[in-house]
Amino acid sequence: MSTPLVEVKDAARWFDVSPPWLERTLARKPKVMLRAVDGVSFDIARGETLALVGESGCGKSTVARMLVGLYGLTRGDIRFDGQPLSRMSEPGGRALRKRLQMIFQDPYASLNPRWRVGRIIAEPMLTHTQMTPDARVARVSDLLRQVGLDPADQGRYPHQFSGGQRQRISIARALAVNPEFLVCDEPTSALDVSVQAQVLNLMKDLQRKLGLTYLFISHNLAVVHHVADRVGVMYLGRMVEVAPRDELFARPRHPYTRMLLEAIPDINGAGKPRTAVAGEVPNPLNPPSGCTFHPRCPHANDRCRAEAPVAMLAGVSIVACHAVQEGRITA
Amino acid sequence: MSVLLEVRNLRVEFPTRRGTLRALDDVSFSIQAGEVLGVVGESGAGKSLTGASIIGLLEPPGRIAGGEILLAGRRIDNLPDEQMRRVRGREIGAVFQDPLTSLNPLYTVGRQLAETIVTHLDMSWSQARNRAVELLAATGIPAARERIDHYPHQFSGGMRQRVVIALALAAEPKLVVADEPTTALDVSIQAQIIELLKRLCRENGTAVMLITHDMGVIAETADRVAVMYAGRVAEIGPVADVIHHPRHPYTAGLMGSIPTLEGHAERLKQIDGSMPRLNAIPPGCAFNPRCSQRLPRCAHERPELMPAGTSRAACWLHDTGNTLEVAA
Repeated sequence: MSTPLVEVKDAARWFDVSPPWLERTLARKPKVMLRAVDGVSFDIARGETLALVGESGCGKSTVARMLVGLYGLTRGDIRFDGQPLSRMSEPGGRALRKRLQMIFQDPYASLNPRWRVGRIIAEPMLTHTQMTPDARVARVSDLLRQVGLDPADQGRYPHQFSGGQRQRISIARALAVNPEFLVCDEPTSALDVSVQAQVLNLMKDLQRKLGLTYLFISHNLAVVHHVADRVGVMYLGRMVEVAPRDELFARPRHPYTRMLLEAIPDINGAGKPRTAVAGEVPNPLNPPSGCTFHPRCPHANDRCRAEAPVAMLAGVSIVACHAVQEGRITA
Repeated sequence: MSVLLEVRNLRVEFPTRRGTLRALDDVSFSIQAGEVLGVVGESGAGKSLTGASIIGLLEPPGRIAGGEILLAGRRIDNLPDEQMRRVRGREIGAVFQDPLTSLNPLYTVGRQLAETIVTHLDMSWSQARNRAVELLAATGIPAARERIDHYPHQFSGGMRQRVVIALALAAEPKLVVADEPTTALDVSIQAQIIELLKRLCRENGTAVMLITHDMGVIAETADRVAVMYAGRVAEIGPVADVIHHPRHPYTAGLMGSIPTLEGHAERLKQIDGSMPRLNAIPPGCAFNPRCSQRLPRCAHERPELMPAGTSRAACWLHDTGNTLEVAA
């Protein structure tokens, strides 16, 4: 297998959420760091869709922003096609930047309401290419057609479009400079199901046609099941399991993955017995010791409470769990 | 079973400068005592407006322009505000989407619960406080006796929604209107809250009108389900039949567009286009421009709900004498 397009090694991003300096000094309090992402590793192969799932606050959106360079790294390394992402901010880094684009969750907030659609979609071309104005207009028309809108729409403003159409505009903008890698942060969670189906179908068609690689972030496991080739499950800033899609859904290994899969209401699951899921996500400012999932885990023992598990191969999955590694729980 | 709530030909309108918008048009359904009725639909279909009309909290300038709402045989849509206030809370409880905005941040949860109890039931404040502790404990809040003196911001989202459920059930209403009660919550918490709502209502024999856009939640919770489209009821029937044998082409499309954990469809079924705006609802069947099985009459004759299998659907495919089937 060729080298993966994206390699993430032990990436971490901490945020300083301490009170202001004077207040802190007077109260003799230490700095408070929020470990939004704390040591995450994964690869994405060319043409593949990797989905990240997890509950709010688990760090999935932070990972997305780290991957496109919107957040720097506190620790670790991210490489895109063999080049470290930090090169993006150096001279000549634009060439790298252009190859990765992002689609945001809220199509109402991610488009400038004062700009016409044509200008919104053309903006990445202004930044990254030396196209003539005519060539840009032609390209915008072409992009609008690709995402199922009318080329005449470029003269209109975002408020004249519905949520689903706006998300199509976001996709067109992301595709404007022919990127190879798209980071999609909850691209459909603000949309209704029938519109979600339209956008998911469009994203799949574009991937096939343009050979795109996706990092797809979602909290909806059914959507993830539909789009992903591989799935990574995050919990409190760490990756607890990465596995091929079918393996993860058929044989979830980590107790948290099992819990998530049992918790989702499914239209085919009417009346299925459900194991009640205990507890809530703990405060990320003060995460539990050892394995951060241990207070909610039915398999936790003393080792889980004391020692953080390291991700290891279990079958075709990569799992960070003592109980799985010791064989205390089986698939 | 007896009919607890009956909504007949409900019409809600919003007067605007550019004419009157009809947000709900001829909506009729009923809820039996102790039953869970799911109401689904996409944004703007009129689900929440239906709920708001029932609890008498329609935001002006919206107004009920026609039809009637009967609770246990008594009309409640035309009650004076003061009487409606007594019905709300005592006979109809409400759970809203965002638990932070439905609690008052300036009062402890105990005070809010006790206030509801004292208002509606014949109890003293100290009795009400004890009852509040019981209610909190019943909703699964640990250490209820201490937590009762906490403020809403000291609770997590899931715990707050438990408090809201306790509030809704405080005066033992016969009906709870729950508008997207789990939408703001994470999946693992969602399951807990749905389970709780189901259990408490079963124990007390409370009927529930569960409004949500999440078919999965409906599938696991509701007895019957009403599917709404553009301010009208498109289909209503037993939950398993509506999901597995949809009788309205819109329902069929909606079910096909939901990604599931089974099967490996390369593409999801999609309904092209989007729901019409209120000022441009097409004549005849509101769904006809998007419908793949449109008949000539659909463009000008509006279908009423008619029997279709075990359900009722507002679709001319089910008119007597018609032999066409709804495409799966």
